[in-house]
Amino acid sequence: MTSSLTASPRAASAARGGARRRIPVAPYLFLAPGVILFGATILYPITQAVQMSFFDWKIVGSAASEFLGLDNYVRAFQDEQFWLSFGNTVFYLAATIFPQIMLGLLVALLLHAHSPARPLFRVLYYLPVVTSWVVVSLLFRFLFADAGLVNFVLGDLFHLTDGSTSWLADRWTGMIAISALGIWKGVGWSMMIFLAALQGVPRTLEEAALVDGANAVQRFRAVTVPAIRAALAFVTIMLVIGGFNVFISVYLMTGGGPAGETDVLLTYMYYQAFGNLDFGYGAAIAVILTLLVFALSVLQLRLFRDRDGAGVAG
Amino acid sequence: MNRRTPRRTTALVVRLLLLTAGALVMVTPFLYLLGISFTPNAFVLTTPPQFIPESPTLDNYAQALEAQDIPRAFLNSLVVAIVSTALSLLLSSMMAFAFARFVFPLKETIFRILLVGLMIPAVLLLIPQFVLAKHLDLLDSYAGLVVFYVAGSLALNTFLLRGFFESIPAELDQAMELDGAGVWTRYWRLTLPLAKPGLATATIFTFLGVWDEFTWALTILNDPEIRTLPIAIRLLAGVGNNAVQWGVVFAASAIAVIPVVVVFLVFQRYFVQGLTAGAVKG
Repeated sequence: MTSSLTASPRAASAARGGARRRIPVAPYLFLAPGVILFGATILYPITQAVQMSFFDWKIVGSAASEFLGLDNYVRAFQDEQFWLSFGNTVFYLAATIFPQIMLGLLVALLLHAHSPARPLFRVLYYLPVVTSWVVVSLLFRFLFADAGLVNFVLGDLFHLTDGSTSWLADRWTGMIAISALGIWKGVGWSMMIFLAALQGVPRTLEEAALVDGANAVQRFRAVTVPAIRAALAFVTIMLVIGGFNVFISVYLMTGGGPAGETDVLLTYMYYQAFGNLDFGYGAAIAVILTLLVFALSVLQLRLFRDRDGAGVAG
Repeated sequence: MNRRTPRRTTALVVRLLLLTAGALVMVTPFLYLLGISFTPNAFVLTTPPQFIPESPTLDNYAQALEAQDIPRAFLNSLVVAIVSTALSLLLSSMMAFAFARFVFPLKETIFRILLVGLMIPAVLLLIPQFVLAKHLDLLDSYAGLVVFYVAGSLALNTFLLRGFFESIPAELDQAMELDGAGVWTRYWRLTLPLAKPGLATATIFTFLGVWDEFTWALTILNDPEIRTLPIAIRLLAGVGNNAVQWGVVFAASAIAVIPVVVVFLVFQRYFVQGLTAGAVKG
């Protein structure tokens, strides 16, 4: 019935107005407020960030900013604290991404197969995702305190440690605590994405595989994995971006301490800009971080696309 | 048809045990938080930890509500979140309408540029946005929060709503146009009411995003009168580990988190829609 109606609203209005190729005004009016705000507060600051990174930027008073060329970037590459923050960021990525994907997928698979109480479990696993970073960061600072719950469970309950670890007072134990929060808060999110992707797997496919005598592992590899590949790509890329952007948990659990030992790129950038008022250097660190994230995202898209043949976007 | 063999039952039990163990890890910290919020400060961080306080008290809540000015911060957060969400929904639904219902030069180019906003990490913008806000005299003001919260949520909401609008049959639009309805009427009276689930999803995500936002507020706010809830809670917890009144911190945290949990429980299906819109299209 409706298939013959192919004319777009624009074509219809153009025909009625008599002017066939006139450019419509209405869409631009609808776009204007949002686009103007977007341009002024997002696009313009992007160019500003790049520009500032070439200057010794003065925020106070009317002092002239001094052009430094690439000095801020050279400085970063020679700055030990920058590399330490970079190392900690890489640690966080390595420690959080794989567990979030594996645990999220595991929970999704467990829930997918007609589990009783599935809605309840879904809510419980998703609860940390909807809770504010500030609250859970303070909560984990409390859990990892010297006399906190984590030491009690590991020491007094399971006797795995002597129960007196000062988690937040040392670089690597601090990073472990911060990463633990990252995993705990993120599992529910990847679970939800995988669960939605699994729902897209046609039951007939699974049944056909079953009839053909495929065992559980074969069915997982032949039916489930191809179906969730797009979701897998999406989750991985989002987690890499999120991992590079880790800030609030570090800021509130350790404050980058002791003595900057647990700084990540963002806490270091924040300290340089808003503690040291060295906006140019802070901007340079932000630009480096952005370029890194972009390069990694493109690389990952390529990787997933190549393996996939047809592409991720389906 | 009953295929419930012993092996199947075992598998089900194992699955439920695994799920329950995981769920315990997820929920225990929250239960502990609630427990501590009812515990007198002297009994916080005792060994063994008390999940259910021996002598429960409402003192922490009273302190959070009276001495520490949490109600003011709660109100600030509420107002900022409502205004930001309303403005963001208006602007982004207008943009989404243009993208979904019109063909015009530069359409996909403009849309792609908007999508850049989804990929740019907020931190790249933090420093220049701070400088911009300073020049516009927006530091330490509600407007400084609202303007940048709206801007930050435009890209995602436009992307999300465009998808919802495009799923509404264009024939409805054309029929209404033939009846002589103007563009605004078709947007306001036809598209928006039909896209209610999409609007609900965008509303919830935007509202909670603003409600929980910390970094921007931390950067531009000094004035205690304007503090939002995350900032006020962070100040309660101080910077060092000593002498923090954890009971009060967690009482204030519970006050901040409980509305979010209620919203989540009531509007669960919209959460799933919003999440999967990104994953499926991505």
